[in-house]
Amino acid sequence: MRISELFADGKFVVTAEVGPAKGFHTEHIVEEAQTYLKGITAVNVTDNQSSVMRLGSLATCKILKDNGLLPIFQMTCRDRNRLALQSDLLSAAAFGIDNILCLTGDHTKMGDHPGAKPVFDLDSVSLLYTASQLENGKDLAGNDLVGEPPKFAKGAVVSPASDSVDAQLAKMERKVMAGADYFQTQAIFEPEKFIKFMEKAKQFGKPVQLGVIIPKGAGMCKFMNKNVAGVHVPDEMIAQLSADPEKAKAGITGVEIVAKIIKECKPYCQGVHIMALGWEKHIPTLLEQAGI
Amino acid sequence: MLMTQMKSKETLESLIGGKVFIINCHGCKEVGFPEEEAAAFQKELQDKGVVTGILTTDYVCNPENLELRLSYQKDKIDAADMILLFSCGVGVQTLSAFLPNKKVYAACDTYALPGFQGVTPLEHDCKQCGECFLNITGGICPLTACSKSLVNGQCGGAKAGKCEVDPDMECGWERIYRRLAQVGRLDMLKCPVQVRNYATDDEVNK
Repeated sequence: MRISELFADGKFVVTAEVGPAKGFHTEHIVEEAQTYLKGITAVNVTDNQSSVMRLGSLATCKILKDNGLLPIFQMTCRDRNRLALQSDLLSAAAFGIDNILCLTGDHTKMGDHPGAKPVFDLDSVSLLYTASQLENGKDLAGNDLVGEPPKFAKGAVVSPASDSVDAQLAKMERKVMAGADYFQTQAIFEPEKFIKFMEKAKQFGKPVQLGVIIPKGAGMCKFMNKNVAGVHVPDEMIAQLSADPEKAKAGITGVEIVAKIIKECKPYCQGVHIMALGWEKHIPTLLEQAGI
Repeated sequence: MLMTQMKSKETLESLIGGKVFIINCHGCKEVGFPEEEAAAFQKELQDKGVVTGILTTDYVCNPENLELRLSYQKDKIDAADMILLFSCGVGVQTLSAFLPNKKVYAACDTYALPGFQGVTPLEHDCKQCGECFLNITGGICPLTACSKSLVNGQCGGAKAGKCEVDPDMECGWERIYRRLAQVGRLDMLKCPVQVRNYATDDEVNK
């Protein structure tokens, strides 16, 4: 099932993100997904997130699919050249995995193998274009595919709270040109910024899922403000989290904050994408409080 | 060393709008520039009456020399809508930075050859990739100004205008965006999807 069909039916699409571990055991991830993520539409599986080597996204997607979940195969361009990326797109299609999210990826220097060769043979835009070519029965070099071509819901990301939002919008337009069917955003903490962004982004006519992170405490927010591109947590939210550290630690404050953000942004977007970062257990409460 | 090859006439003609000032750089002349082909093309432009002047000089990449030489041509440069530069990628980047409000276009692709590199200011590095992107990026090289050498726009990793890899390095694509806005060519960001060609060494021998 491609999530692009759900967007087309006017459904408000909820997705969450899981990150495979550094090891090949998947019982934990499957159990967590079955416990907390059954109620949502689809589950993104990250691809060596933050340039840290882990179990592969495609294998994890297959395992989640076999366990009754709808996976979204995240692909970055950091670790594979155009042959490997196309081959993995075909592998995904062979497994019946037809939801993908195309990313450029963090630089290798950001992760746990900083001496690795950063590939970036393609980037998010050219990867989307490549997937579109495969859908047309051609590979990137123009050679014919054998048999029926694959069909994907091709996702992309955009960063509405970026310091350079105009450059981000220009890139978003390039992604639409290259075949992006839907967008997930970087985490939003300021609804007014998101709403202003959506006023400009709606011209592209593609569904956009609001990205959210459940803040675990004031420290995490300060860290993100300093280090994470495109994420800004306002001071009053940080104060709210530090006012009652026990309540924040229990996830109550974070869930309240994010539920409010979702409510405010909901009329302007077509879904929500939750980056729970280990707090998957709070997702059901969050969705309930947000009225989804 | 390096060598340059003139871009196709169709590519160059698609860039030209209004009056043109032409600069030929013969700094690394001993290495290989498409002199005859360039002269023939420039003659065609002159016959069309779009050329405000032609300057043949050496080492465009030397900012002091460049400043002096351009000062003698100021009127002709002011009268032009764009500058077409027959040089390596370093020359184009140096001139773009020197004339922030002028459209500067590369007429050539630059290929690497082993050996001496000429007078190359480090801040305008040219990878000699053989498929110059400077015409769609406002004269700022995306291969050397972006840590990931991205050719389709900014990634999501810039924080406060700085690169995720090096907080002292300005995001190359923010520079490109600003420069394109400054010269009124943001439409360049709507160009077709770019895919690098790593087989350009085949082209050198053609």
